[in-house]
Amino acid sequence: MIHFVLLVSRQGKVRLTKWYSPYAQKERSKVIRELSGVILNRGPKLCNFVEWRGYKVVYKRYASLYFCMCIDQEDNELEVLEIIHHYVEILDRYFGSVCELDLIFNFHKAYYILDELLIAGELQESSKKTVARIISAQDQLVEAAKEEASSISNIIAQATK
Amino acid sequence: MNPFSSGTRLSDMIRAIRASKTAAEERAVVRKECAAIRASINENDQDYRHRDLAKLMFIHMLGYPTHFGQMECLKLIASPGFPEKRIGYLGLMLLLDERQEVLMLVTNSLKQDMNHTNQYIVGLALCALGNICSAEMARDLAPEVERLLQFRDPNIRKKAALCAIRIIRKVPDLSENFINPGAALLKEKHHGVLITGVHLCTEICSVSSEALEYFRKKCTEGLVRTLRDIANSPYSPEYDVAGITDPFLHIRLLKLLRVLGQGDAEASDCMNDILAQVASKTESNKNAGNAILYECVQTIMSIEENGGLRVLAINILGKFLSNRDNNIRYVALNMLMRALTVDSQAVQRHRATILECVKDSDASIQKRALELIYLLVNENNVKPLAKDLIEYLEVSDEDFKGDLTAKICSIVEKFAPEKIWYIDQMLKVLSEAGTYVKEDVWHALIVVITNAPDLHGYAVRALYRALHTSSEQETLVRVAIWCIGEYADLLVNNAGMLEVEDPITVTESDAVDIVEIAIKHHTSDVTTKAMALIALLKISSRFPSCSERVKSIIGQNKGSFVLELQQRSLEFSSVIQKHQNIRSSLVERMPVLDEATFSGRRAGSLPASVPTSGKSSLGIPNGVAKAAAAPLVDLLDLSSDDTPAPTSSSNNFLQDLLGVDLTQPSAQPVSGTMQPSQAGADILLDLLSIGTPAPVQNGSTNGDLLSMQDNNTPLASLDTISSTSPTAPSSMMDLLDGFGPTPPKIEDKGPAYPSIVAFESSSLKIEFNLAKQPETPQTTDIEAKFTNLTPNVYTDFLFQAAVPKFLQLHLDPASSNSLPANGSIKQTMRVTNSQQGKKPIVMRMRVGYKINGKDVLEEGQINNFPRGL
Repeated sequence: MIHFVLLVSRQGKVRLTKWYSPYAQKERSKVIRELSGVILNRGPKLCNFVEWRGYKVVYKRYASLYFCMCIDQEDNELEVLEIIHHYVEILDRYFGSVCELDLIFNFHKAYYILDELLIAGELQESSKKTVARIISAQDQLVEAAKEEASSISNIIAQATK
Repeated sequence: MNPFSSGTRLSDMIRAIRASKTAAEERAVVRKECAAIRASINENDQDYRHRDLAKLMFIHMLGYPTHFGQMECLKLIASPGFPEKRIGYLGLMLLLDERQEVLMLVTNSLKQDMNHTNQYIVGLALCALGNICSAEMARDLAPEVERLLQFRDPNIRKKAALCAIRIIRKVPDLSENFINPGAALLKEKHHGVLITGVHLCTEICSVSSEALEYFRKKCTEGLVRTLRDIANSPYSPEYDVAGITDPFLHIRLLKLLRVLGQGDAEASDCMNDILAQVASKTESNKNAGNAILYECVQTIMSIEENGGLRVLAINILGKFLSNRDNNIRYVALNMLMRALTVDSQAVQRHRATILECVKDSDASIQKRALELIYLLVNENNVKPLAKDLIEYLEVSDEDFKGDLTAKICSIVEKFAPEKIWYIDQMLKVLSEAGTYVKEDVWHALIVVITNAPDLHGYAVRALYRALHTSSEQETLVRVAIWCIGEYADLLVNNAGMLEVEDPITVTESDAVDIVEIAIKHHTSDVTTKAMALIALLKISSRFPSCSERVKSIIGQNKGSFVLELQQRSLEFSSVIQKHQNIRSSLVERMPVLDEATFSGRRAGSLPASVPTSGKSSLGIPNGVAKAAAAPLVDLLDLSSDDTPAPTSSSNNFLQDLLGVDLTQPSAQPVSGTMQPSQAGADILLDLLSIGTPAPVQNGSTNGDLLSMQDNNTPLASLDTISSTSPTAPSSMMDLLDGFGPTPPKIEDKGPAYPSIVAFESSSLKIEFNLAKQPETPQTTDIEAKFTNLTPNVYTDFLFQAAVPKFLQLHLDPASSNSLPANGSIKQTMRVTNSQQGKKPIVMRMRVGYKINGKDVLEEGQINNFPRGL
């Protein structure tokens, strides 16, 4: 299973963290510090796997961002690389050629998408289209609620004029 | 934007944080925001609650504390609208984890939302449950998840399946509820549902063997069909990855098939064809295809033997290993490691390639390859492999040297065909990476050298040469100095020259020089210097002509701040100066070190004196006190029905025992009581070698004490206190008496009681011999004798007894746990009656044993104890 997902920028800034196994807050920052130290320092031609505390961390760099997933020893590393790529492709379609800034200002969206892809550290959906469809359906629900709210506040505003 | 709002927007906050140039500035921005959020929380501001939470999540991601926002998540989750719930659940998953108590409050909301009419809200709840549920929540919400596995929308079904996985991981017992719904999911067409369903079934199989059997019978064929369909399916844009339809589903299916095929020939047979197809037809030029091949090879290796398939799999690995992509090579090494147990010959064939991988520039690959090589070494290939590895040691990274050195030392030691080769290799390692060589490794080298008399000269000369080239390797210096001290004469006169050696000329003063350099070298530490001092002393006796010079070198350490060096320096000086006549006998060559003892000690067993003194029935590998404590605790646990097991005191008890013993006059029949410190250890060891009963007896008195203090009646506790002081030593005596073949004569001391038949059935008879110690009238010693009345052997024999509150019972282990046909075994126990004279002893007992592997249980109550016990 995937124990956690980590997005770190080349400068070591954390852009997304998702923990599927329990880690206390202190451990989390320690893990992040330790791993970004190891991963950011690896050369470009090396393999995408790092052995770490009896687990394996599969990482891949896309532009300035490192996507990392921590898995068990017996898991399929190559598949996890494929999952990372799957996630990136969905992000790319959603944001329209995604960049780091998209993920900073819309970090919650990145989380929503991840939640449609992974639950309990396991893959949930292999179709990019399905994920996109579910996300946009939920976004529409939010928009609809917003419009309703603003129309109400308009009515109130007009009434109190 | 609402004109009444006081806070900033989320994006404004992010911008402000990003604009801060220093960490202090960032902290200031965050502090201000947090203050605003707290204020808004206090005002219970509903409109901005979700924005506040979004901000908090960002702040949390930066690593600042955000615990004060946890309750806001719960409030948002409890609100009716979808947008609030969505952000609330996200916050819940981010800010909390399963160990926080707050989480318990959310169970009810989750339950409600899982029954919501809006399927997206159901989805949110399932997602949160799947990601953070604890064991309690799993128990509470498992029925809801089970129901949702049949929900009309497939997107909910797949989420429910993953939730079920989490639930099973938390509470494996719940797995049986999911067997049938899980099997139903395997027939689905929707890929998401299929992927999660297959995974759920794999997870269930891992916790329940019954379920495994069920799936194996009912689902294997269906799964094979599904895999065939998916492998043969035409291009489908929705699931296509690099020309392959849904590699994720491929992999999940192969995983489940692996579980089903393992250890079952029929199921394995059923999947052979499709595995062969996947292994041979899958494209290997893209990562997705390789991921499938990798999984397929694992499955082939795990299921029951099929020669053809195995060859196919090993070939794939061979191709992987020669791939230029590091990822592929890494997984190949990984897989070969697992294949080693299945087919080591096939792996050996790739040895050369694997050895190349050790020299790779990638640390991950190096590490894998080194581990694999380590497992591949045997007597036949150790020479070339060790040569290669040692050569690589010269150029390897500093980070990697530690690992590499340890592995080389280990294989050289384990597989060395002859001593001279071993010494040569170790010398190379020491001069190349001496700093990484562990203490026990260079100690072992010295032991080997002393044990090879014909190699003494060779070794010391080789070390002398090596020391000239690599004097900065601490461990090499130590070994060399030790050998020069011992064999200085062989160094100087080239004695015992081997044919392979080049002769060297070393004068006596050269030998002194090199030790002097070592002692004065700035990197030498105290151990090295101390060793050098001894070496010098030895040299001074071997070469009297250098005596004066040696004296002056040794004298330089008289003022050393390190006590050890100062002392050695002073003492050795006086040996050289004043005790010329005994010097040579003082510093004779070391007696040959015993290899067996050394290797035994390295393995962590007790010092040599122990194994020889009779059989040590405990067979403890590590540390006396620790080992004795463990069974003791067990026993106390076992014997105490209502006694608190004194875990912490059990460690001290051994020391107590020693303390007691040392204060005793040496009248006791223990060998070696003359030297007090030694005696302590000896007794301890002897005690251990007697076997378990000895410490147990003592342990039970210990238990007695504690349990008595627990008793509320002041009279009883007074009684024990007064009675303990005499008991402890006397039980010590018993204990020591226990050496001899004769058991302690308890009966002599107290009034005699008739033995009673406590229990008798057609198969078993139990007799009790009763006795009392005069000092402790409340305590009755019972020797139980169990007699087997049948011609069958009883194995796993266990006698258990329970007594009412006013009694304290301690059971010692039985003399054996198997009862031979018509034979008998004994077990002693001790009952203390706090109401002696008022109430008689009663006991309830249960006996369990096995006849031909079948469990038998007998129970009974014993109330025919004589009155007044």
